[in-house]
Amino acid sequence: MYALPWIILFLPLAAAVGIALFTRPNRNASAALSIGAVLGGFLLAVIFVGWAGWDPVVRESSTTWLEVGDFKVEFGLRLDPLSLLMLLIVTGVASAIHVYSLGYMREDRGWSRFFACLSLFTFSMLGIVLANNFIQLFIFWELVGVSSYLLIGHWFERPAAADAGKKAFITNRLGDFGFLLGILIVWQIFGSLNFGVLRGLSPADSARWTSLATVGGLLIFCGAMGKSAQFPLHVWLPDAMEGPTPVSALIHAATMVAAGVYMLCRVYFLLNIPGSHALTVIAWIGGITAALSAVIAVQQNDIKRILAYSTLSQLGYMVMGVGLGGPPKAMFHLTTHAFFKALLFLGAGSVIVALHHEQDIWKMGGLRKKMPVTFWTFAAGTLALAGIWPLSGFFSKDGILARAAETNVPLFLLGLAVAALTAFYMLRLVLVVFQGDAKSETAGHAVESPPVMLWPLRVLACFSVIGGMIGLEAIYERQFDPASEYGLSFGDQLILPFSQAPIAALLGLLAAAVGFAGAFLLYAKASRDPLPEKLGPLARWMRNRFYFDEIYQATFIRFHDALASIAAWLDRVGALGIRGIHGTTEITGRALRLLQNGNVQTYAFLFGLGVVVLLWWTLR
Amino acid sequence: MNVGLEHYLVVSAVLFALGLLGVLVRRNLLVIYMSLELMLNAANLALVAFSRFNNNLDGQVFVFFIITVAAAEVAVGLALIVALYRKHQTAHVEDLTLMKD
Repeated sequence: MYALPWIILFLPLAAAVGIALFTRPNRNASAALSIGAVLGGFLLAVIFVGWAGWDPVVRESSTTWLEVGDFKVEFGLRLDPLSLLMLLIVTGVASAIHVYSLGYMREDRGWSRFFACLSLFTFSMLGIVLANNFIQLFIFWELVGVSSYLLIGHWFERPAAADAGKKAFITNRLGDFGFLLGILIVWQIFGSLNFGVLRGLSPADSARWTSLATVGGLLIFCGAMGKSAQFPLHVWLPDAMEGPTPVSALIHAATMVAAGVYMLCRVYFLLNIPGSHALTVIAWIGGITAALSAVIAVQQNDIKRILAYSTLSQLGYMVMGVGLGGPPKAMFHLTTHAFFKALLFLGAGSVIVALHHEQDIWKMGGLRKKMPVTFWTFAAGTLALAGIWPLSGFFSKDGILARAAETNVPLFLLGLAVAALTAFYMLRLVLVVFQGDAKSETAGHAVESPPVMLWPLRVLACFSVIGGMIGLEAIYERQFDPASEYGLSFGDQLILPFSQAPIAALLGLLAAAVGFAGAFLLYAKASRDPLPEKLGPLARWMRNRFYFDEIYQATFIRFHDALASIAAWLDRVGALGIRGIHGTTEITGRALRLLQNGNVQTYAFLFGLGVVVLLWWTLR
Repeated sequence: MNVGLEHYLVVSAVLFALGLLGVLVRRNLLVIYMSLELMLNAANLALVAFSRFNNNLDGQVFVFFIITVAAAEVAVGLALIVALYRKHQTAHVEDLTLMKD
């Protein structure tokens, strides 16, 4: 049975290689390979989980990859509830999105390339999920970055897409640099990078860590900051929306950006050490990201950018959850978010296709009647995201809010504000896009998308609705606390938030209701955005994303350009020496060529001369 | 005058030098070939002289072999020269510089 996870891991890689080498000209074969690999992976994952169950027993299956002195790099899989559940989510959501791509990408010339990259991404993501040590995690971490780059830049003939790919890659690299330093510190202190070994360290061992605990923890968090797009490295995610919409749904909403949160939960025991302030910083950075991006989302007009900022904001929630000491809550929110955010993105993609790639929400409108399935699934996703009982988002968001209410009241209030803003901008989006009259010619002629795009929406909508009450949270709880109780009845789970932390639950619902009410009053009949007039300059700041890109351009990028020009100058000066070497060689060569004139007698003469010199040399 | 080993060796050296000079300065392949033979025989003379003055027959045997091999070599060499002449209508070394390129 232990071969199964290996097969699941390598199936998508085999598909990617197969498409790249053999089936590129054949559209159907490429798609079949890619979808077959991920669907097969999902089925095998279901079989394996059915066999292994959810007991928090850690199973490992690994081999030594290379060994240098006492430094050993393993390549292995760590199978515990955390990774198994993530395995199901990644393969499941990826399957839905692969199928959806059949419809969305059907007129694309880069079809085979798209599916190959999608498979490569799935492989890398599974590698992160299953990795049993830091080195392997880091390698797949980078692979995910590469495939994300390839997919964002899928339409590379558009300069904006090519630039967005580069921006995402480089911004991630900044975070990864810190991550690598963090890994090196861990190895320096503990002498091992295996998660099992690190987790098994006794408190006495972790005492060695304390002097560096805060720094090390924050360096590791740097990785998550890049991948999960936390402030101040959040700038790449909205630009990544230049990629095709299925990519936005898979990578930039459901899986890759969640990798940072997953990694934090995986190494939570390294962060949660007495004397370390890393978690406090993490919590605040999460809170700031959540609030900042929720505010920005209110004034965006591109349908995908609104969802991108919403993703940022929800990632902020998750990171805040980890920082507040509740990794199960964060993972739970990650799971439900994967369902409803993938759903929302795919719904947005359905709208975009129906409107011939129009993304401005003020040119949509009145789509409710024309695209009923898209509308109803999108509405389910919106309610889940806003945290309306009993949809999935309510339970997971409430878990984080309840945790905040216990431990950190300022962050709890921030979280409530974000919840209200979330409800506000999502209802604004729904009202403007689906209600009212068609605001443009194309919106008037929109028709519903083909079934191959609608079925993934229906499936994801189901999970968005029920995701909160099928006991996912209990699985995560047991991962972090094996003694926690298990097997609550269905009804108990439904009302658990109200019985456990009624204040947080009720205030969370109230915040969402306030947000909905505000959006309804402002946008129910609007054909133009009324907010800029009411907010004045603030609205302009929000629309321009608080000028983060411009600030970075003026400071970091300017500074980097200066460094680069100094380096270029040094290169030119240093090249003088190199030119000297090249010139000497050439002149020597020309001189020596005179000797080779083809005349036997010259050769004989030189030969004789050589003998004379040798004789003189030896007999002297 | 008593003729000693040195005299033979000097003659041999002079012969060798003449042969080498011929090889280096003459243009005709046939003459170069003859000069080569001269150098071989200079060596033969030295070997025979050493053999005679050291009371050791090894040198003489050596010379027999050299003469035999030289005969074979002359046959091959002359054949090559004839073949070259037939192809290029010349036996002058300064015209035969095809190996340059």
